[in-house]
Amino acid sequence: MKKAVSRIYVGLILLFLYAPIFVLIVFSFNESKSRSHFTNFTVKWYRELFQNELIMTSLWNTVKVAVLTSIIATVLGAFAAIGMNAMKKRGRSLMMNLTYMPVINPEIVTGIAMMLLFVFICTLVQWVFGIRLELGMWSVLIAHVTFCVPYVVLNVLPKLRQMDNNLYEAAMDLGCTPLQAFLKVVIPEIMPGITAGFLMSFTFSLDDFIITYFTNGSTFQTLPVTIYSMTRKKVNPQINALSALLFVVVLLLLVLMNVKQARDGKKNGRDGR
Amino acid sequence: MLKKMSSVPYIVWMLLFVIVPLGIVVYFAFTTQDGGFTFDNIVQISKYTPVFVKSINLAVIATIVCFILAYPLSYLLSRASANYQRTMLMLVMIPMWMNFLLRTYGWMTLLENEGLINKVLEFFHLGPFQMINTPGAVVLGMVYNYLPFMILPLYSIMAKIDQSVIEAAQDLGCNSIMVIIKVLFPLSLPGIITGITMVFVPSVSTFIISRMLGGGQNMMIGDLIEQQFVGSAYNPYMGSALSLILMVIMLVVMGIMSSFDDDEMEGIVI
Repeated sequence: MKKAVSRIYVGLILLFLYAPIFVLIVFSFNESKSRSHFTNFTVKWYRELFQNELIMTSLWNTVKVAVLTSIIATVLGAFAAIGMNAMKKRGRSLMMNLTYMPVINPEIVTGIAMMLLFVFICTLVQWVFGIRLELGMWSVLIAHVTFCVPYVVLNVLPKLRQMDNNLYEAAMDLGCTPLQAFLKVVIPEIMPGITAGFLMSFTFSLDDFIITYFTNGSTFQTLPVTIYSMTRKKVNPQINALSALLFVVVLLLLVLMNVKQARDGKKNGRDGR
Repeated sequence: MLKKMSSVPYIVWMLLFVIVPLGIVVYFAFTTQDGGFTFDNIVQISKYTPVFVKSINLAVIATIVCFILAYPLSYLLSRASANYQRTMLMLVMIPMWMNFLLRTYGWMTLLENEGLINKVLEFFHLGPFQMINTPGAVVLGMVYNYLPFMILPLYSIMAKIDQSVIEAAQDLGCNSIMVIIKVLFPLSLPGIITGITMVFVPSVSTFIISRMLGGGQNMMIGDLIEQQFVGSAYNPYMGSALSLILMVIMLVVMGIMSSFDDDEMEGIVI
């Protein structure tokens, strides 16, 4: 009895989480534009989606920004963590506050604050150099790095704390230069944190709408911004097709990751870890 | 020494792109159109009190609903087999990976007057009900989007609670309600606090969910701020003042939350 109740309960929550996604996917194959009445099976919305230049450009923009953001944020954040780890308690807690700020600030406030700064920079450039500068990829990139870099720091820092400091010194005793010791000892030790930070930055950048919306200017569009302007207009089944495709991609990636993790787990299990 | 220097670029970056922008917001909040100092923007906000009340109201309701839905689920999960736990966590997280605009758009199509839910109800000779463009729809959108933020911290704290502690309480004569009040609740408090903060903060400041599911009538603080920066009512001075108040609300909420729990947010002094 108890078990049945809990099953139904879990089932209902899953239904709640997946209902809108499945409805979107089902109606992506609907021939008519109706969102409640299924007429005929078609893939024409998918074809139109791939011919939609705006969507393809914004997809490319999104990927460009996400790749650059995750690289810059990872380098900046990893070095910051190394520096913070060497600091005294007071300095480190000050740095932690700085790091948490973009994390706890409401996204909309981060967005408008950056927008004000970028507009100010544009005016300044206009005034000093006489060049007309507009918001665009550069401002989106800076904004994305800013809200992603704390996650790199927060991922790398615990790994540095776990690391035995003697390892670094041992490497130098054995004849490594500081640079070699850093590359051969420190980096491999903190690599899991760096990878996690990189991946988080990449997905956050890929998915961000609110901050991009305020900092993108009028010409540079990322996919979420395009999706938003599409949902503002009338019914457009291309959105459904896009959702279905993204859902499949996410599903595939997660399954792949899980398989890899399970395999690594087995390997480590044999090593006695 | 060299090691400490390696965080200098980060410090410069964060000062330039986090502290300076917030400084500009504060500056604008106390500035008139011609650049003079004023308290007027802050004073003017009082006319938006209903919007603030409504936002906080809806966000509180959404947070409570999330908690009620997530707490039993997290408990069930934490007591299940390892395989079941892993699968369920995946299932909870997959929707999070899809853009929230698309998921909210999915609800738009479900809740519409001509939408699927009303079609199904019609089949049973019920309705049609007006569901979209109501405050209820906005709460639904928030619950839907932020439910995983409640489930994940609750689950991870409950997974750490030892089953034998619960059994001990039962042996000592607690019934299930007493177990919840005396054992489960106190032990899961840090997770509850994290969950509440993680749902309340984005809920109260959202501007997309309220616009997509609430139509024009259910304006929230986020919509109000957005309107001051994008579109015809361009007024960054007012918008900055509103943002400042929003930040103050957040800090108060987080201050209250962290006072329940001393060791959770180590390193935050503010």
